[in-house]
Amino acid sequence: MSAFLELRDVSKRFGGVLALDDISIAIARGGVHGLVGENGAGKSTLGKIIAGEYKPDAGELLLEGEAVHYARPREALAQGITYVAQELSLVPARSVFENVLLGSERTRFGFLRDGLARERYDEAAERLGFGLDPRMLVGRLSVADQQKVELMRAIARRARMIVMDEPTAALSPHETERLLEVVRRLAAGGTTIVFVSHFLREVLSVCDDVTVLKDGRHVMTVPAATTTADQLVVAMIGRQLEGSYPEKQMPASDSPIVFKASGVRLPRATAGIDLEVRRGEILGLAGLVGSGRTELCRALFGLERSAGEFHVDGEPRSLSSPREAIAAGIAMLPESRRDQGLVMRRPIRDNVTLAHLDRFGAGGFIRRGDERAAVGEVLAQVGVDSGRNQGNVVNLSGGNQQRVLFAKWLLDTPKLLIADEPTRGVDVGAKRAIYDLLVQLAAKGMAIILVSSEVEEVLGLAHRVAVMRHGQIVGELRGPDIGKEAVMRVAFGSDAASAAA
Amino acid sequence: MSTGGEVLAPEAAPAAAQPAPPRPWWTRVSLLRDYSVLLATVVLFIVLSATSSSFLTKTNLLNIVDQQTSLGIIACAGTLVIIAGAFDLSVGAIYALGGVIAAQLANHLGVPEGIILGILAGVVFGLINGVAVGFFRINPFIATLASAIVFGGLGLIISNDSLITVTKTGFQTFGSTEFLGVRLTTWIFIAFALAMGLLLQWTKFGRYIYACGGNEEAARLSGVRVGMVRAWVFVISGLASTLAGALFAARVGVGDSSVGTALTLSAVAAIVVGGTSIWGGEGAIWRTIVGLFFLALIDNGFNLLGVDAKYQQVVQGTIILVAAGVDAYARRQRR
Repeated sequence: MSAFLELRDVSKRFGGVLALDDISIAIARGGVHGLVGENGAGKSTLGKIIAGEYKPDAGELLLEGEAVHYARPREALAQGITYVAQELSLVPARSVFENVLLGSERTRFGFLRDGLARERYDEAAERLGFGLDPRMLVGRLSVADQQKVELMRAIARRARMIVMDEPTAALSPHETERLLEVVRRLAAGGTTIVFVSHFLREVLSVCDDVTVLKDGRHVMTVPAATTTADQLVVAMIGRQLEGSYPEKQMPASDSPIVFKASGVRLPRATAGIDLEVRRGEILGLAGLVGSGRTELCRALFGLERSAGEFHVDGEPRSLSSPREAIAAGIAMLPESRRDQGLVMRRPIRDNVTLAHLDRFGAGGFIRRGDERAAVGEVLAQVGVDSGRNQGNVVNLSGGNQQRVLFAKWLLDTPKLLIADEPTRGVDVGAKRAIYDLLVQLAAKGMAIILVSSEVEEVLGLAHRVAVMRHGQIVGELRGPDIGKEAVMRVAFGSDAASAAA
Repeated sequence: MSTGGEVLAPEAAPAAAQPAPPRPWWTRVSLLRDYSVLLATVVLFIVLSATSSSFLTKTNLLNIVDQQTSLGIIACAGTLVIIAGAFDLSVGAIYALGGVIAAQLANHLGVPEGIILGILAGVVFGLINGVAVGFFRINPFIATLASAIVFGGLGLIISNDSLITVTKTGFQTFGSTEFLGVRLTTWIFIAFALAMGLLLQWTKFGRYIYACGGNEEAARLSGVRVGMVRAWVFVISGLASTLAGALFAARVGVGDSSVGTALTLSAVAAIVVGGTSIWGGEGAIWRTIVGLFFLALIDNGFNLLGVDAKYQQVVQGTIILVAAGVDAYARRQRR
């Protein structure tokens, strides 16, 4: 097979950070090429460069042997290269048909020629091997079906290459399997696929070649048939997984219950949730994407309209708004620090004290001296050098942003800390620092609820793991050594355990 | 990894490639946006001083400031509204309504009552906007566009569609009182601007304003009552509008329901030219003051140099476009 696309010495910089460093790879025609790596390894960036979403700072791309320089997606599209983003780019209020044909409409004198469009639509449906009601509004479809619309659109645009960024992240195991079928079918039909994913099992099952990236550098490219998930992990991390978590210190068994929730009914769930967390205990919440982990966290922080009774330190508490939750001594690190956690274009100081300004206020005025002192202290506690890191939060690295978010809640030691994906988008070194911090906080007596889509993380840190499925806690595992297999079996429902990611 | 903007942290990964040297400070676009208007204003001031003998006189300078009183008061409050992530298109209508109410009540109740009640009426108008936007979550553009029509109509009703000439002496005296050689209205403008700056930079409420505009969800998750903050910002904006309107009416001795239509957009222009982001979450009162006087100096300079008003309009519009362009460009750079 000849190379369809070749990258030569490609580099990309964001601000002061080298996101891609001198990458050279060749992507074979009509194959599925996997891009794997940790969060922040540069796999999405590389995918976006291939699809013309980003322009490389150095190096060149050769399409079928000829150098191409596209500066924007349109130009890549003209070459038959399309990008299916993690966040789908569909128009929810329009029909499947219109979405599929968006950008490749045929017109005569400015009027749409639906007949020709219909041919293209049918052709795309046939190539992909599935049918969707073309009149259906895209906003009403499931995520899996929306993904199909994206793929149909790519085909309708005569894509020769499709870059898919984490296509299965929001899909159920069954839907994932179906999608992988479609990917194989497309490749068999001659379309080249770049498959960016952190689900190694999927990558191994669908890809012909796999490229591993680490810290923006190319580690290796190997045929999928000759490698294993373990080898990929070692290549991605650069060392064995063992020892990357701090040692567990189990809380005393008679440790008092700090937080207790009963009958918490999540939207669309058929039964309520009961849970309790002890002083110094880290309760892990495991489960697949969509199992209700984040919704539960939000409910405990007064963000979902959900029934339920809550006790903090034995006292009944109403938690119907974040204000009430904060007043009750609950803190939450939200799932997305960019969208929900930080005010990116404000200084660190403002972000750290935002939830606790009353502490520095007399008559509404902020006592700046007190504020500065408290912020300096708490930043030191989380390991952010406040001398080196000035200016707005947006200029900080992902790891330091997350630490600022921790600092925000440690300013007023909470009784219960809910950490939803605390290491998302953070590199390996900073991850370990966050693990250490969580363990330290628990050792000091804080109760912690930890959510992570990386099962290893939950297993590595939690004293007790509650597994969620369909908006309910369906199992609980405890003890110093909880196995991943066991967790996944419960998360998937035992029969599907083999599909574990 | 959710977006390409997420990048790894250089200092936490010692094995990674060494971090890039920071770019020289003078190439940063944000710097251009941050201080270019200030620089341009200073340059303009120097140029006008050198080219026109009548520019650098106490009378002319005090005149420039005094002419900006109405617009300045409204733009300072408008800065809060925009930083909070909202928009107030009703300020012009409230301004006129405030003047009409002040004039009408001055005739019926007395001068001080008229002025005070005229100003306080702004609280009610602002509260209406604030409740619509903050609590019923109506889009601020639409809410204040609609309320502006209502307030305009109220002005016509109260004034019976004619000019209200204040017959009582004292109304106009108040408008032209001087203190230390400077008009009382100018002093009020200065005091109001200082109060707004103080509110924004030194108080809890100010922090909340920035947070609501910068990241509404983060503010909510920090226990900030976003709707309440926005509602209050509209109350301040309403109050500023009637304050400016009543002062203006006292100045000319007439309540006129047809004034103020240009104020709404001129205020936005001053705010944006100063460098406050139209998208909320960023900005400052001093910026608005600089933007205000930059535009005023251009105006004044053209007058002194005898340039046709037609050209002024073209130049002003171009400046606003450039300012908004720099803002958009700066945002894209810092992704």
